[in-house]
Amino acid sequence: MTERDTFIRLLPMVGAEPEILNDERIAHVVGHGHRIVSRRSVPGLDLNLDETPDAIVGRMTVRAGVQLARPVHLCFGLAHPTGRQNIHLDLVVEERAAVSVLSHCLFPVAQAAQHRMRATVHIGPGASLTYREGHYHGPHGGMQVVPQASVMVGKGARYQSDFSLLSGSVGELTIDYAVEVEEDGVAELTAKLFGHGTDRITLKEAVVLKGARSRGLIKTRVVLADEACAEITGVTEAHERGARGHVDCLEIVQGRAQASAIPIVRVCHPEAKVTHEAAIGSVDKKGLETLMARGLAPEQAIELIVSGILR
Amino acid sequence: MASPLLSMTNLTFSVEGRTILDRLDLVIGPCEIHALLGANGSGKTTLAYLLMGCEGYRPESGTVVFAGTDLLALPIHERAKLGLTLAWQEPARFEGITVREYLTLGRAGADPALTLRLVGLDSDRYLDRLVDKTLSGGERHRIELASVLAMKPKLAILDEPAAGIDMLSIHQIIEVIRTLKAQGSAVLLITHQEEVATIADAASQLCNGRIVCTGNPALVIERFRGRACVRCDGERCGYDRT
Repeated sequence: MTERDTFIRLLPMVGAEPEILNDERIAHVVGHGHRIVSRRSVPGLDLNLDETPDAIVGRMTVRAGVQLARPVHLCFGLAHPTGRQNIHLDLVVEERAAVSVLSHCLFPVAQAAQHRMRATVHIGPGASLTYREGHYHGPHGGMQVVPQASVMVGKGARYQSDFSLLSGSVGELTIDYAVEVEEDGVAELTAKLFGHGTDRITLKEAVVLKGARSRGLIKTRVVLADEACAEITGVTEAHERGARGHVDCLEIVQGRAQASAIPIVRVCHPEAKVTHEAAIGSVDKKGLETLMARGLAPEQAIELIVSGILR
Repeated sequence: MASPLLSMTNLTFSVEGRTILDRLDLVIGPCEIHALLGANGSGKTTLAYLLMGCEGYRPESGTVVFAGTDLLALPIHERAKLGLTLAWQEPARFEGITVREYLTLGRAGADPALTLRLVGLDSDRYLDRLVDKTLSGGERHRIELASVLAMKPKLAILDEPAAGIDMLSIHQIIEVIRTLKAQGSAVLLITHQEEVATIADAASQLCNGRIVCTGNPALVIERFRGRACVRCDGERCGYDRT
């Protein structure tokens, strides 16, 4: 079986069906280590990616006014226990274009492997980008993942990102996303993570609302068990009239896990407003007792509450 | 006379030296709607939590027998399996859990759409909504009642079921309570709304942690309306079984 076939066979583990790679209407890139094992573009989308010894490097551009009907699939990962993968990607969504990207990051047998993503994202005026990123790092906890992104959201543009890692081990995860939002732009960042064993999670998301009436939301849901630990930093700055930001962080801690939340809000205009809420602790007692009063055993009630939070 | 469904005897509960429930006796029969009236702070909600077995609500003395079983020895979910449940005055919110899921918890074959209609909510609009903070207080209250209905308990403790419900819709809440009775449930109806209490088969007035009056709902309501016990210590108004 080829490297490509091995990797593609594993795609369902991150919710992607291998058939998408045979569908000519769907754009995709499959990167295994520093090799591009499959790619397809569609009209209106330019995929310029190169293999180098140290990284997959390139640019993806959705041309002005193009609204892609089907999501673009980016599948990255390693089918080996060890190794490195570096991705350097410039993603450009030109004026009034719209695209949804489904990013699947798959490291099913990682024992001492590393994945680094360095992305710059430019979303043009009136454009829209939805970026959903699902990870699976295998059961061994031997993965180090470092995604970094710098995102510019143009005037009247919309950016939605959704990062999830809900099964298997996290390993060591260090996310650093910085987003700047122009006038009337919107940025919504959601991250959902389940850490257990000795997983280590560091998540920093910053939204700078530079333009008037720009809006930002950072929503984080983290459930930790065993000896996992997480540090979540949500930064929101509002610099112009009518800018509105909110940081919403909920961390459920079980066992000997440890969590911290650092909401940083900064407002530089009297007509701007940023709010934040952060809650760290065990499962909500009233919710737990309510479900038990309907007949659920404590462990069933906790499982339902936790699964709801991470949905 | 049928055996009581719920029998509380000499129930006393204190927090940090302050007596909240004071030698409380109360009996509720099968399929009986029993209204419990009392001013704010009289101990109504504490009694509800204690009966359900909520954390931190264990009495210092007294017994509670429910359907022939010593209730106080059981955790919440075992009490629920015996047929006891509680609708909270301020119901919990759940991220990511739909109304449909909430109304079918552990109950295969339940009809959540029908249950929603019984509490005056359109199933097409509500079944796939989340039981989270996007629901108004009134909507959440109705869904709480729907979940109790779906459970078909032997005894439902309803803590202020009409709280947050607009005046025009109170009759719907009253109908829900009647439906509970019709399906074979008894109801401990905690309220300070006289209009709701009038549908009860029996009523008691709670004052400073003591039952000061039990009997015909109209008489108990009349006594409660007089506010004779609001400022008393529970001793001056006596312990009067009318």
